[in-house]
Amino acid sequence: MAHDTTLADAHGHDEHHESPVVFGFWVYLMTDCIIFGTLFGVFAVLHNQFAGGPSGKDLFEMSTLGLETALLLISSITYGFGMIAAHKGKVNPVILWLGVTFLLGLGFVGLEVSEFRGLIAEGNGPDRSAFLSAFFTLVSTHGLHVTCGLIWIVTLMVQLAGTTTIPERMMNKLTCLSLFWHFLDIVWICVFTYVYLASMI
Amino acid sequence: MSTDHNAHGGSDHGSSYKSYAIGFVLAVILTVAAFMIVSGHSFSPSGTILAISVLAIIQVIVHLHYFLHMSFAAGQKWNNGVFMFTVLFLFIMVVGTLFIMDNTAMHMMSR
Amino acid sequence: MLGRFSLADLPLDVPILVGTFVGVVIVGIAVLGLITYYGKWGYLWKEWLISVDHKRLAVMYIVLALVALFRGFADAIMMRTQLALAYAGNPGYLPPHHYDQVFSAHGTIMIFFLAMAFMTGLFNLVVPLQIGARDVAFPFLNNLSFWMTAVGFILVNVSLFIGEFSQCGWLAYPPLSETQFSPGVGVDYYIIALQIAGVGTLLTGVNFFVTIIKMRAPGMTMMKMPVFTWTAFCASILIMLAFPVLTVALALLGLDRYLGMHFFTNDGGGNQMLYLSLIWTWGHPEVYILILPAFGVFSEVVPTFSRKPLFGYSTMVYATCAILVLSLVVWLHHFFTMGAGANVNAFFGIATMIISIPTGVKLFNWLFTMYKGRVEFHATMYWAVGFMITFTIGGMTGVMMAIPAADFVLHNSLFLIAHFHNVIIGGVYFGYVCGMNFWFPKAFGFKLNEAWGKRAFWLWCVGFYFAFMPLYVLGFQGMTRRLNHYDNPDWHPWLLVAEVGAVMILLGIVCQLMQLYVSVRDRNLPENIDVTGDPWNARSLEWSTSSPPPVYNFAIVPHVHELDAYFHDKENGIDTRRAGSSYAPIHMPKNTSAGLWCGLFSLILGFALVWYIWWAVVIGLVGLVATVILRSADKDIDYYIPAEEVARIENEHSRKLMAQAAE
Repeated sequence: MAHDTTLADAHGHDEHHESPVVFGFWVYLMTDCIIFGTLFGVFAVLHNQFAGGPSGKDLFEMSTLGLETALLLISSITYGFGMIAAHKGKVNPVILWLGVTFLLGLGFVGLEVSEFRGLIAEGNGPDRSAFLSAFFTLVSTHGLHVTCGLIWIVTLMVQLAGTTTIPERMMNKLTCLSLFWHFLDIVWICVFTYVYLASMI
Repeated sequence: MSTDHNAHGGSDHGSSYKSYAIGFVLAVILTVAAFMIVSGHSFSPSGTILAISVLAIIQVIVHLHYFLHMSFAAGQKWNNGVFMFTVLFLFIMVVGTLFIMDNTAMHMMSR
Repeated sequence: MLGRFSLADLPLDVPILVGTFVGVVIVGIAVLGLITYYGKWGYLWKEWLISVDHKRLAVMYIVLALVALFRGFADAIMMRTQLALAYAGNPGYLPPHHYDQVFSAHGTIMIFFLAMAFMTGLFNLVVPLQIGARDVAFPFLNNLSFWMTAVGFILVNVSLFIGEFSQCGWLAYPPLSETQFSPGVGVDYYIIALQIAGVGTLLTGVNFFVTIIKMRAPGMTMMKMPVFTWTAFCASILIMLAFPVLTVALALLGLDRYLGMHFFTNDGGGNQMLYLSLIWTWGHPEVYILILPAFGVFSEVVPTFSRKPLFGYSTMVYATCAILVLSLVVWLHHFFTMGAGANVNAFFGIATMIISIPTGVKLFNWLFTMYKGRVEFHATMYWAVGFMITFTIGGMTGVMMAIPAADFVLHNSLFLIAHFHNVIIGGVYFGYVCGMNFWFPKAFGFKLNEAWGKRAFWLWCVGFYFAFMPLYVLGFQGMTRRLNHYDNPDWHPWLLVAEVGAVMILLGIVCQLMQLYVSVRDRNLPENIDVTGDPWNARSLEWSTSSPPPVYNFAIVPHVHELDAYFHDKENGIDTRRAGSSYAPIHMPKNTSAGLWCGLFSLILGFALVWYIWWAVVIGLVGLVATVILRSADKDIDYYIPAEEVARIENEHSRKLMAQAAE
């Protein structure tokens, strides 16, 4: 993740320039949003190219999906609590909430990996049909982002450990990660609506 | 703290436990509603798609407002502008791609 | 251990490549030897390779672009020579396997590593100075972007000597580019080099977008920004919108090839048309990413050398924004013949024609700027006027091809090749070289030689017409692109004329090199040296500081009152520098080698992916992540230039200015 290494406040002390880090990261996220949007478009074009293979109705399970959605949704609010603690300058609660968020995210990735393993074991891997290629690519791009988020969370937890204050540069990093994490939740809303639920109708 | 200018991620006054809780409750309701509509088979297929699309759009807005703290505050002019332009581009691209691919498939009789 | 690499992958049986390799090795050893002999390694490392200074990065980008020009032009003249020879039974000297790599590499290199790198170089040199900023918003990312771009270019060139390059054209259309038809490493080199370079370009887009929004000098509202900055702004927006789509298109093609997926394959429900749609959703905005900054260059050069303000500043801005939006809704005109219906083709055809309106507005603005101006025909101005004529012709042939019915005849013929070279050379290349002539003194403190500049222009311009006008004719005669040999006697004379044009362009490039050499040799002559920092009596803020500017650009951030801020200050007797006032310490970013390491690990990662060397993939990936994490933990990222140091530098510049004025 290159984005958390921007030169945090190189210009922060000039007369009128606030740190551009958070805004810059928001702009970067929008480009990420286009990657997801394109993948959704690809999925929309290929969603009924089963090539004689199974359709979404045959493959997807409501219960796994519900659990994944719940984990990600709860992790959003736990991260939010972490941000509230950060604004109050309390380091230990921030680390705690980051840890909780990490575990929830890890649970999400674990569920997704086991779902994928099940599909591939039954011969319904991404090489089965164009529909499955599009499905695996879209969902695992999201999963890969969540994994990057997990690495990022651990990095920040380590950097926070043993400190007592949250300087501006760290606050910017936490804010960027917050944007990233909530953004992934928004992508997931579209994933469960248009990829899973729409296939189950 | 200079992040006051970047209200994203919660340095504005809305970022309290209360606002996160409101957002969370709304998100849960909307998610559960979408799941129930699909598992209940209560609408026609196209009606279901429409219903869950509406729910998804509302939920995205809920997340943007309560979790990402987007608002129409003056300091957020560029943030919102960037977001709206991205949405516009995605609309052009996705709708355009579907328009082209659908039309091509029809003419090439590949579907 | 080495994946799918074997010694048979070294092209020892191709004399051209062996000869090139020997040449590259000799030149490489000579350059390295010279650096060692003069003991410049430390200087090179500290002042250039790890520098986060936008002015240094600009020079490195443009050097990269010029190297890419030589490589890309070598490919071009090889193709022209092949087609001049390979007629009526003569197979020529390039067998199809090699020839196909040459034309694929030519397009890839010219667009991604000549044009994009040159453009980014000009952004870096000019934009922060024009808006009165001390650096870009994210100086480290700027350095990282450069190395990502450089690594992409290195990978493309490595493919010359280890393995092969793609043979599928510069956009690698499937199904030809799928494993079924291209099992070799060529397409993998192509995909991975472009993905790595794409990261750099995307970060550049984000960087300059944020820089322009957040870091303008006080008083510089959006409508007081110089037009070059406006075009850089719009190009950055297009980069951010379009490049993610390229990333996805290439990633999906890569997934087809690496994991056996079925996005664009013939079987399994894949859809090749989808690739075309995706790649051109990026590809069309891409050409506007390239041309908008060239428009920006002319909008700075023409007023300066006409001694008049730009005619219709606000219409220029609106036209730029209109092109930005319109360029997003025209991508289908690249594949009218794909099989979509009349309504789809009509929509995109009309949208394409509409773009010519804002472009026409711009042309008239430049013409009216020159009208009744005291036009000084400086070498820089030659390129600008040459552009206006050449680009107009290219634009009109573009409108011809925007008519779907006409495109069914002209599609993929040499008419198309002539058209896009007409706009890319006559527009983009002329624009960037014009910008290089214009801003060179700003970067180095001395002017480029004018006589050699004019020679270069005439050879390029006339050579262009000789090389590409025959291609329009050949297109009408039915000659398609990417032919390796032919037997139509009507085509041969035209291809001989085109070869003459290519040789003239070669001489043009030689003149450009001579121009650089002569300028460096005569840099201390009084008529060449730029003492004031304002050699052309120009208009925008970059000319208010010294040439080359100090590392902090502006000791005191200028206050902007009007459009053409510096010219306004000169007219009203305001000292933009506010020399002699008390200086404060200046906060600056520290140089860092993290970008270079990221580039190195990306190179390992990319090369290993191409050859399936999985252990090295792991090394590259882990190294990349570790470098980024370590960088994020680095607390030693900035420093202050003490006020006394600033005062010393500024007073010295003031002394020089005074001495100059006294003469």
